[in-house]
Amino acid sequence: MKKSSIIGIVVIAIAIAIIISTQNSASSYVSFDIAKEMAQNGSSKKIHVVGELKKNTVGQVIGVNPSPDKLSVSFVMLDDNNLEQTVYYNEPMPSDFLRSEKVVVIGSYHDDRFIADKILLKCPSKYEETEL
Amino acid sequence: MVHTGIGNIGHLLIIISFITSLMAAFGYFKATNNNEVGKSPWISFSRTAFIIHGFSVVGVVVTLYTIIYNNYFEYHYAWSHASENLPPYYMIASFWEGQEGSFMLWLFWNALLGFIIIKTNRKWEAPVMTVFAVVQAFLASMILGVVIGDLKIGSSPFLLLREVLNDPIFLINPDFIPADGTGLNPLLQNYWMVIHPPMTFLGFACSLIPFSYCIAGLWTGKVKEWVRPALPWTIFGTMILGTAIIMGGYWAYETLNFGGYWNWDPVENAVYVPWLIMVASIHTMITFKKSATALKTSIILVITSFILILYSTFLTRSGILGNASVHSFTDLGLSGQLLIYLMFFLIISIIFAARVWKQIPSSEKEASTYSREFWVFIGALTLSLMAFQVLIPTSFPVFNAVIELFGGISTLAQPANQIEFYSNSQVWFAIAVALLSGTGQFFFWKKMDKQKLIASLTSPILISLLLSAVIFIVANIYDPVYILVLVAGMYSIVANSKILLELLKSKSFKLVGGSVAHIGIAMMLIGIMFSEGYSEAISRNTLIISKEWTDDQNQTNIPLFLNEPSFMDKYEITYRNELMKVNDIPGYVKKSNLNNTEDPYYKVIKQTVVIDGATYAQAGDTVYVQSPENFYYQTDYKDLETGKEFTLYPRIQVNPQMGDVISPDIKKLWGRDIYSFVSVKPYSEEDIEWSEKVDIEVKVGERFFVNDYVADFNGLEKLDRMSFVDLGPEDVAVRANITVYAEDNIKYLAQPVFIIQNGQVGKQPDVIKEIASKISVESINPDTGSVTLGLTTTQKDFIIMKALEKPHINILWIGTLVMIAGFIIAVRRRYIEFMQMRDKGIE
Repeated sequence: MKKSSIIGIVVIAIAIAIIISTQNSASSYVSFDIAKEMAQNGSSKKIHVVGELKKNTVGQVIGVNPSPDKLSVSFVMLDDNNLEQTVYYNEPMPSDFLRSEKVVVIGSYHDDRFIADKILLKCPSKYEETEL
Repeated sequence: MVHTGIGNIGHLLIIISFITSLMAAFGYFKATNNNEVGKSPWISFSRTAFIIHGFSVVGVVVTLYTIIYNNYFEYHYAWSHASENLPPYYMIASFWEGQEGSFMLWLFWNALLGFIIIKTNRKWEAPVMTVFAVVQAFLASMILGVVIGDLKIGSSPFLLLREVLNDPIFLINPDFIPADGTGLNPLLQNYWMVIHPPMTFLGFACSLIPFSYCIAGLWTGKVKEWVRPALPWTIFGTMILGTAIIMGGYWAYETLNFGGYWNWDPVENAVYVPWLIMVASIHTMITFKKSATALKTSIILVITSFILILYSTFLTRSGILGNASVHSFTDLGLSGQLLIYLMFFLIISIIFAARVWKQIPSSEKEASTYSREFWVFIGALTLSLMAFQVLIPTSFPVFNAVIELFGGISTLAQPANQIEFYSNSQVWFAIAVALLSGTGQFFFWKKMDKQKLIASLTSPILISLLLSAVIFIVANIYDPVYILVLVAGMYSIVANSKILLELLKSKSFKLVGGSVAHIGIAMMLIGIMFSEGYSEAISRNTLIISKEWTDDQNQTNIPLFLNEPSFMDKYEITYRNELMKVNDIPGYVKKSNLNNTEDPYYKVIKQTVVIDGATYAQAGDTVYVQSPENFYYQTDYKDLETGKEFTLYPRIQVNPQMGDVISPDIKKLWGRDIYSFVSVKPYSEEDIEWSEKVDIEVKVGERFFVNDYVADFNGLEKLDRMSFVDLGPEDVAVRANITVYAEDNIKYLAQPVFIIQNGQVGKQPDVIKEIASKISVESINPDTGSVTLGLTTTQKDFIIMKALEKPHINILWIGTLVMIAGFIIAVRRRYIEFMQMRDKGIE
């Protein structure tokens, strides 16, 4: 076999390996019910859930409970399908949290508790002001 | 007054720059097709057009900067990126904080580079500048701000606030001008924000030069000749972009507290990927110049690196990264335009390349395993695969969007632990790159066969193995992957040093660029391995700080109580003070020594500030605090082995736009950095739980106790005016001055205020965290000549701190400098080559 064919095969093999390993490590954006299903099927994979904090009828955020020492927080989040879930976060509450218009939690179910390892916030005014 | 004129001038200049770039593109296109060189009519025409274009770009820049500098907050851009309290050196950062300004920065660099090309080239001007002018037209269209029907082209930075915001105030008063802007994000008020963006955009701009030469070559049939003039610019661009990337990393390390210098965030990846391809293209271009092979690969790589720059622009600016990245730009609705920009050049490149692909020479016979071509090619392949591995997951949001476009559902997200995911793969590529860069050099400089190869490789291999063995015994490295990294890195250093020495011996100083750059890269690799692989929390702790925390969190954070020494690593550490920075006072001022005023930027000094015998502020002076959102936590370190002392000031920024931002303070030591930060924001005054209040009655001059500290009541003082309260003619405000004597002969001044306003009693207590007390004036008793003070106490002030050790991180930074030096040597050599050929009239 020619050397260039060997190199070609090796490159393709590495590329395929990269794609497969990426596929395996990739997380996904899911809703809470699918995340729960995945956890019940024995998957411990971390997933992304996009949603909003629960608000009452006048638009105030409700269900956010910082621990007494304020070093961790739990909150109620609605995913894109409006499913409600209490999320536990073992870090102090990010202080822009209540103002966020969108929350992405990255984590997984441990038994029935959804534990977030990381929270990404989309705030209305992160880089550009839109209101006077 | 609303300054509409200046914005109209700016907008007009943008339109001129857009039209002139189109004119230049058309003229240069004509000139190319007519094979014109020198001072022919089309070239003169296009040159004039491009020069007008360049000057209007400069004019746009000056106009926007004037608007920012003069605080014309009637303009949306000035209002949302600048503020009254911003010093001039950060105003320049406001300029490129927004998308529009950063596009202008890019336009500016491109125009400048275009001038250089016009000045330095003879035969290449027309086709190269055609590509330049088209790129400029696309970039100018991004800030054009022209609306035709429903079609919006570009987003102009010269929009008035009333044109952007739908605020009812503009219905009442169309000439309303806000008193202050919302400012440059405090987190970006950092000198890196002044240097890093221009570097990055210069790097982006430089990638246009090799691309333009390549397209010019394919277009005019000079499929080989474009390499020589393109090469120095490729190396230069790679150096600039590489430096910009490292600067960004250092910035992240120093202030952004990602815990490291690289976070594999999509925005970072978007620049890293094209950079790798640019590095690969340098190698294949050099090979081509030596032996007329790898031309096709060079063409593909040069085009790919430019397209990838456009792709990264699309990723970071179109809003597509939305949920995936913490720091992409806001969406300006330019995604369509950006996509057209990307697609245009992708398609044009493919067409130009395909047209002449068959005429591009490629060597018939296979490269021998003992040839430099073979090894350089393998190196370029490795770099491309390295880029591919990062590109795939970074593109997930694009895959999702494409699949959804066709009605499918795709929910791919970044790997949950992205740092681990990328690092684990990239390390293998890095090992391969190090090994290849060591071996490749031998093939590069000499004709090799099996015997010669063994002869020249034996000693570097032995030396590097020996050195690695010593290091890994001394540094206790047991992880097999890290051992491999170390060996590969050492091998690259030794092998390249050998070549370097030989070149120096033969006095070929000009040729050492490659080996120097390789040594730098290998050092960086070893530095990264040590500082990341062996980064460890030295703030070990056996107390449980919080039951909600994981064991790891509890064990790696230390609670530090004020003035109570704790032990960490080989240090005795003591938390001393909560501090702020005050303008015109060197160092820091205790927060408890500053009284707030209505304006957060101005504070009143309580106790005279004397530093080294010089008085900087008298009690009662109003001082200016440029960054009132920054708080510093002084921690003293004492090395128990050597007795040496140093102090760190980690910062917490209460950022109105982003929440609390933690920034570390770093002690640079010879063999390691100590990277310490306050991991949890200390309680703010509202959150403190106070004990029940105890009232005591004291007379002037009387001594009493506050939370077990001795205190003197110095007397009362009537205030004519005070912050936060409007005193009427009938109102009275009286301030009690109390001196508290704390540990280490430190005196604190407590100044609670007692107010009678409209017959109502008001109390303004004073909180002094250092003595964990709140003191208020409860009543003034004229009959006994005393006052009643209310005293409450809380637990001792403390911070929760985390400190990481980053071993041998200096090797990374030194390696970076070595790499840059290597690049500079190489640029110089290749540019001289180009000049010589040009002056002979060949190019």
